Amino acid sequence: MSRKMLYRHAIREALDEELTRDENVVVMGEEVAQYNGAYKVTEGLWEKWGCKRIVDTPISEAGFIGMGIGASMLGIRPVMELMFWSFHSVAFDQLVNNAACVRYMSGGLINVPIVVRGPANGGTNVGATHSHIPEGLFAAFPGLKVCAPATPADAKGLMKAAIRDNDPVYVMENTLLYGTEGEVPEADAGDHVVPLGKADLKREGSDISLIAHGRSVIHCLAAAETLKEEHGINAEVLDLRSIRPLDQEAILETVRKTNRAVLVDESKGFGGVSAMVSHLIQEHAFDHLDAPITRVTTLDAPAIYSPHVENEQLPNPKRIVDKVLAQA
Amino acid sequence: MSFASEDSQKLDFAGSPVNQSLSADDKIELFRQMTRIRRFEQASLKMYNKGVMGGFLHLYIGQESVAVGTISLRGEHDHFITAYRDHGHALAVGMGMNECMAELYGKASGCSKGKGGSMHYFAPDKNYWGGHGIVGGQTPLGLGLGYGLKYKELEGCALCYLGDGAVNQGAVHESFNLAALFEIPVVFVIENNGYSMGTSQKRSSSFRGCLAQRAEGYDMEWDLIDGSDLYQVRAKANIAMERARKESKPSVIEIATYRYYGHSVADANAKKYRTPDEIENYKKNHDPIRLWEHRLLDEGVLTEEKSKEIDDAAKKEAADSIEFAENAPAPTVDSIMDDVYWESDNDTEASKIGRHFFND
Repeated sequence: MSRKMLYRHAIREALDEELTRDENVVVMGEEVAQYNGAYKVTEGLWEKWGCKRIVDTPISEAGFIGMGIGASMLGIRPVMELMFWSFHSVAFDQLVNNAACVRYMSGGLINVPIVVRGPANGGTNVGATHSHIPEGLFAAFPGLKVCAPATPADAKGLMKAAIRDNDPVYVMENTLLYGTEGEVPEADAGDHVVPLGKADLKREGSDISLIAHGRSVIHCLAAAETLKEEHGINAEVLDLRSIRPLDQEAILETVRKTNRAVLVDESKGFGGVSAMVSHLIQEHAFDHLDAPITRVTTLDAPAIYSPHVENEQLPNPKRIVDKVLAQA
Repeated sequence: MSFASEDSQKLDFAGSPVNQSLSADDKIELFRQMTRIRRFEQASLKMYNKGVMGGFLHLYIGQESVAVGTISLRGEHDHFITAYRDHGHALAVGMGMNECMAELYGKASGCSKGKGGSMHYFAPDKNYWGGHGIVGGQTPLGLGLGYGLKYKELEGCALCYLGDGAVNQGAVHESFNLAALFEIPVVFVIENNGYSMGTSQKRSSSFRGCLAQRAEGYDMEWDLIDGSDLYQVRAKANIAMERARKESKPSVIEIATYRYYGHSVADANAKKYRTPDEIENYKKNHDPIRLWEHRLLDEGVLTEEKSKEIDDAAKKEAADSIEFAENAPAPTVDSIMDDVYWESDNDTEASKIGRHFFND
């Protein structure tokens, strides 16, 4: 049993359920409470849960994220919203040195069960400072876990897994997905948890594998339709969902099946998630490849503002189709 | 720098309730703690200079009264966190010399299994949360410890130590604001040793009155304390700690102190940015251990013999810790991959899904 639900409401339902399940879960961030959330993700939660569980913070990312990390060492489970993941830069020391390294430097005496969540995407014409896509950056730090849900069901399930995880998990959402709709299992149909580290085959195919995460998955699904209808190419779409831990087996399985891969990644090409995936494929499935792995990534410049061309800087269905045709 | 205002210099804090309640044994114990810290650090300096350990060694020598005085006031729900000059606090909360020395040696029996080193000592079982390497980076964590106490409705306080060099870091100011705004039971303890590495306070900070006075900008209480007087440290720190515990209000206290050695032992200019006279003056007139010893001798609490006995025992304990550290096993290469993720260390279901580590 399932119902249609918006991506933002699926996240809210996850937060609400976890607030109910565990009294130590506390949601904090800028405008999350009385303003009802900059993107209405937390709408209604303050009214329901009050000031102790839903906390408005000042614009002070290093301060409140560090505060959440410190509180988590005493067993609190803060879920902290970055209004944009782009603002990671002003809290970087807390996100990396403290959240990722404290466990290690203490020889395993401490753990940091925090979630940091918020949108990490381009495509909204807000310029370079607000359009960073740092999932590859944070996945590069051992001690951190990173996921990037593409659908409402995955957004809900991954958020619940992230909150229950005893390590720091950074959930990268997408402002352009908040208003998208999808099937989500009924709340009373059991606990809908999507484990970290498990990819999802969003479309079965036989000719080529499109491997993506976040909003790029949606572009891949659109491109796959075009490829089928206009070119007779049957593309498989694998949604990584989780960046670290990474479902390496699912990646290799689809490549072994189709023998071709186009990696679609909204981050930049240099050192991005797709660079890592490409490495794993060549190392473990080299003999299965009929063509070099190719990629569709964000054009390698800071994010442009201009609404006339920003979509061309980002992965989009047309760029994916072109890249597939160039390989096939 | 100043060690205290003229007024507070004349006041005797022995009469404050928190000091009157000290028994003779308690007072001797404070002397023992400070002596142990100094002897431990002198021993570690000796071995560092022999090249047996890596990294940095930020010595606390000269500042012992700050950690010992404040931590001596602890209650069940009080928590502590500091920066990289963390050995004194570690011993004051009850960590053993052996595990601390072994950590300097990078041994598996070190307090952090050889994974943290000098700057990263931790003992959560003793409410000690490190040991942090980035200047000012620990202050939001200290704030968070206070937040956790308040959230759990426990009567306690978080003591968050920082140096005078940290007060110009953004994270410190963000923490001050949040502490006051959310009424967090935290006490920020500025250990003012006069120098942020090689730059004097005068050349690094703009302020009115003293560094702690910046608290006024955040509508927070503050105080200035002469760190060479252990009675004063305890009397004034206790007020701030009680304010946190009973009223859930934060404070900033600045404790004037001094370090005899460089920023770290690797500080090549340690004797260039300060005059030898300045260092000698502190040793002679402001050394907190000597002053406390004289005070206890005057009070008839301590005898010369007892003092020597304590000092000899501390020296022996430190020497033994060197022997322990030298004979302790080094970490294995395999152990590099432990303690990254809680879920992996505990072999949970979650740890078995997906690839967590990327070693080719």
